[in-house]
This record gives sequence, C-alpha cells and structure tokens, in this order.
Amino acid sequence: MWDYTDKVKDHFLHPRNVGEIENPSGLGEVGSLSCGDALKLSIKVENGIITDARFKTFGCASAIASSSALTEMVKGMSVEEAAKITNQDIANSLGGLPKEKMHCSVMGREALEAAIASYRGIILPMAQGEIVCECFGVTDLEIIQAIKESNLRSVEEITNFTKAGGGCGKCEDRLREILQATVNGLPVEPRKEEKVRRMTTLQKIKKIEEVLAREIQPTLQKDGGNIELVDVDGDFVTVSLRGACASCQASRTTLKEYVEKKLREQVIDTLIVEEAKP
Amino acid sequence: MNCGSDQVIYMDNNATTRIAPEVVDAMMPFLTDCYGNPSSMHTFGGQVGHAVQDARQAVAGLIGAEPEEIIFTSCGTESDSTAILSALQTFRDNRHVVTTRVEHPAVKSLCASLTSMTGHKHRVTSLTVAADGTLNLDQYRDSLSDDTAIVSVMWANNETGVIFPVEEMAQMARERGILFHTDAVQAVGKIPINLHDNAIDFLALSGHKLHAPKGVGVLYVRKGTPFVPFINGGHQEQGRRGGTENVASIVGLGRACQLAAETMEEENTRVRALRDKLEKSLLATVPKARLNGHPTQRLPNTSNISFEYIEGEAILLHLNKYNICASSGSACTSGSLEPSHVLRAMGVPFTAAHGSIRFSLSVYNTEEEVDFVLDKIPAIIAELREMSPFWAPEKMKQAGGDVS
Repeated sequence: MWDYTDKVKDHFLHPRNVGEIENPSGLGEVGSLSCGDALKLSIKVENGIITDARFKTFGCASAIASSSALTEMVKGMSVEEAAKITNQDIANSLGGLPKEKMHCSVMGREALEAAIASYRGIILPMAQGEIVCECFGVTDLEIIQAIKESNLRSVEEITNFTKAGGGCGKCEDRLREILQATVNGLPVEPRKEEKVRRMTTLQKIKKIEEVLAREIQPTLQKDGGNIELVDVDGDFVTVSLRGACASCQASRTTLKEYVEKKLREQVIDTLIVEEAKP
Repeated sequence: MNCGSDQVIYMDNNATTRIAPEVVDAMMPFLTDCYGNPSSMHTFGGQVGHAVQDARQAVAGLIGAEPEEIIFTSCGTESDSTAILSALQTFRDNRHVVTTRVEHPAVKSLCASLTSMTGHKHRVTSLTVAADGTLNLDQYRDSLSDDTAIVSVMWANNETGVIFPVEEMAQMARERGILFHTDAVQAVGKIPINLHDNAIDFLALSGHKLHAPKGVGVLYVRKGTPFVPFINGGHQEQGRRGGTENVASIVGLGRACQLAAETMEEENTRVRALRDKLEKSLLATVPKARLNGHPTQRLPNTSNISFEYIEGEAILLHLNKYNICASSGSACTSGSLEPSHVLRAMGVPFTAAHGSIRFSLSVYNTEEEVDFVLDKIPAIIAELREMSPFWAPEKMKQAGGDVS
C-alpha cells in the first residue's frame, strides 16, 4: 500500500481537466504502454497565456494525480512561467509523493516541456541523447537534468525519479558514472567500451589449455589416462576423459577433486568442470 | 485497533486469509494458560507436546502423509529453502537445479542466488510456460540431467491459479533418481492432495494461506528422503528443525487443516461457482478484458483478469474506495518498475500485463459480495479508460473494424 497524501487521493479520485483539446496550441506525449505509464498533455495558448490544459494518462494513482495537478497549475500561466515548472513543483502541489513515485512528477514536467516545445515549434534535445536505460528508453540528457533539478545523490534516487535502472539493472554502472560526473560539475564522458572486468572466453580457453598441458595431462597420463578439452561456455568447462580414465570408477572424483580444483586454483575460481555426454 | 474487517469484501485470499474463528478458539489456551514447553519432562509441558502431536496428525491427514513426515517451520519460504538447500547438500556434486520461470520469490530468488554462490556455483534451468501458463512436459523431461540434484515446481501458481502436473513430474524425476520438491502453498486446502499416492519428496505449505495464522509453515519430507537441517539447534522436530515450537500457531494450523478437509468440497463447488460467475460476468460485460491462465487447469478460487489499456494500481485504489480487496500484477504493485514475472513469462502483452487484477476467493465469500463487485467494476474500468490516451484509438478501431 502506497502512502498517498489526501491531495493525491483527491486528484486521483476526482481528476481535473481530463480530455484532449481539439486543435491544441501545443501537444506533449511522453511514456508508453510498455513503460507502464504515459501522459498526453494538450495546451491552448492565447496571447502567450495558457488558457486551457487537458490530459489523458495511463498509469497509477500518482501518475493520474500528477497530471491532474499539473493542468491546474499551468492554467493562467504565461508560457515563460510554465516553462520554469519543475517536477518538484508538481510533487509539492500534491503535498509530496512517495519517493518511488517521483518519476510520475518527472513525467508531468517532461510532458509540459514537450507541449511547450511543440507550441514553439522546436524539437527537444532530450530524445537525441545517448539511451542509457534500454528497458525504459531513458537518455543521458534526461538523467542529467533530473540529477540537477532534484539534487539526486544515488543511483536509487535516479531510478525513483526517471525509472532508469529499474528494469534489468544493466545500466547501473553507467548511471553511477553519469551521477559522479554531474555532481562534480564535469561533462559526462561518452560511454566507454565495455571494460574487461572478467576473463573473456578466449582467455579462459588459453589458460585452461595451458594448465591441462602443463600439469593435468602429465599426471593422468602416468595412470594410463588422458583428458581433452571439449568446450568452454561461460564458467562451464566440458572435458572428455580418455584411456584408463574413461572407464575408471573414480573418474567423477578425478574430475571434481583434481581437475576442477586445479583449474579453479590457476584459472578462475568459479569454473565448473563437467564431463562431455557420450 | 479496529481494522473494519466486517466491512471489507475480501477477495485477496492468495495473499493471506482470515483466521477461522474455530482456529482462534483452538489456539487461545496455548496463548494463555497452557504455556508449557512441549519438550519439558513435567506434565504441564508434556500436555502441550501432545497438542503439537495432534496438530501434526491433522496436517498429515489433510495431505495424505504420515505424522513423522511433517516438520513445522516458520513459514512457506523457510520450508522451500530447507528442502532445496537440503538436497544440494546431500548431493554436493550435482550442481543442477530445475525450476520454472513462474515460481514464487520464495523459490525464484533462492535459485537465482544459487548461480552466484562462490564455491557452490549451480546451474539452474528455469522452465518456460505457454501463453496459458502451463508447462511443457517434454521440455521438462529434456531438462533433467545426470547432475540434477532437485526439481522445484510449485503445485499451483499464486497469481493465475494454474495447476501444474507435479505428480507426473515427480514420477519422472524419481525415475532419474532426482529429488522433487513442490511449493504447494496455494494448493493445500484448495484441492485434494494425497502424498501416499505419488513420488513427491518435499512439499511446502503455509498456515496463513488456509485460515491459520501467519508465522507457521510445514515442510513435508517423505520417509527415507535424505535430509540436512536448515536451522540447527535443539532436538525439536526430531532434530530436523531446531527452535522452540510456535505452539499456538501449530495448534491453529492443525485445526485449520481439519477445517480445510471439511470445506474442500465447498471450495470446489460453491466457491468455484462464485469465482466462475465473477469471471464470466466480467469477461462478458467489460470490453477488452482477458483471462490470464488456463481456463480449467486452475485452482477453484483464483481468477486473474486483465483490463487492457489501464493500470492495475489505479483499479485497486478505486476498488479500495468500496472496501474491495484484490491485487494486481502491474509494475506499480510489484514493488519494481516492471509487471509481474509470471505474466511476462506467459507473454501477456504490456497492454494487458499492467492492467491485471487477481481475485482470489475463500469459503467466507458470498454471492452478494460477488454481485456487489460486479456492480462496481465496469464503471471503474470505463472511467479509467476515458482517462487513458490509448483507449480512444482502440475504441475507434473496434467500432470501425469489427462490425459483426
């Protein structure tokens, strides 16, 4: 159960300005069905003043409430004033939002930006950034703006505000880089090539072959057996036992207690050695 | 604290259930006068020990087991962890586990952690499900290998109610010398289970899903199955689970199992009829509503319906306004930003996954309640759809494209 303020509940249960303006002066559409929330905001501008604003929202209670509150806020404002509205303003007007739901207020601000841009006939730079979070299609420019606007200080906060990192979580390191650079007032460096953190499969194969040839094969050959490398898939090393080893009752023990142990010691300690199926 | 339980329409029984009044009555003496330790030598404690034994008998009776095959635990999750980790410790060389993509987090998260435990790295096969949430037994057979230590497959899915053929699957595992565990938390008490007749080695159940209190569970371990305790300590539960018994809850669970045996038929007739009425009416009266899960291979109490183009949390909060309790698989309710892993595994499109609502009934529900819910839902759905930017285009498409 989310702890919503009475204002959120009021805007959710009695939303204001639902609908679409025919022939709007500006139209902002953000979010998508797959993301779980989306907002279509249309505004009417007369003599530089926003005279009407309407919304359609797909999303949870706080998404609907944020949209409703936003339309109330902008009505009567000049376009210049409206352009200064931040997501925090939207959240404040609702008496605050649960931290996990702050992205709903960010969605409101983004839709407003998009509507104003469409009124002014300009294209927003946001969409042109580098896609950092592929699950929710969030760009680095959007993330940097959220960090600055809401003074974000952790990856978790970035996720709460922009949803970036809330899906598979693969972009967490990149989010940390962007956060660090932005907080320190530095420009964000373009994404570096995937760093070599672990051994590549090729490196593993070479190392495994080396250990097999240097230590394991000579030992097994003494007992009239031998071993061959069949495949390496991730941490799974498939081998085939030959000669005396192939029919030896203790082959499984040899494999686990000797071969696997040696390879773990000398190559990488996560390896799992398995015998090839006949 | 007054929770207003007399006003709510509770259709969230797969989350937890009301404690049966009979269960509370059975428990009361053990929360007041009968506070002895069941392990004590004196009569005062010993009689409490007898009550625990009676409860063990009652639990065994409901699932067709022997009393000594019943281990009381703290919850279903503990039972699941105990079973799976026991098997892995028994067969240390067998580093393969078979499970499904739609398990409860109790099993899913544990299995996910197995792949990264240093020094005991395990391979986990997570079986996929079809669009109706059912498993493919050929895929299952192929997944079993010589180094598989244990299979863990839920008896019935908590979100969709889909029932898996665990008895057949357990038999296939046994033929390969592989242990079989089932998380039967949702199935026990709702459908007949007889462990005498099948090859299941471990079974987990949870008290609070069948009208007993929270904080008590059971792990069934078939006689002769190798077992390594999860919690070591005193000699309680014959040394298989240390820790002083949660006596009152255990007694309550025993009573709840007796009641479940008595209401099993009602669950499968009257409750099923209520569920069917709710489901059929919603699917008939609400456009673009779809059932998630197999229509018949399913628990009698569960219905998971998607209302397309709207979001589940919003529906739940509107239902909440009328004191109707249900749950949703939408992102906003799953505690993450993505919709339920069960619906995603079934390939439910995003248009529908976010708008899924699970109704789960119990013997305490009435026809009046179902009628009340049926009366309220269509308007809620219509109101939220009017607000959805995706609904108007869909409505036009329907009006224009589907004239028949």
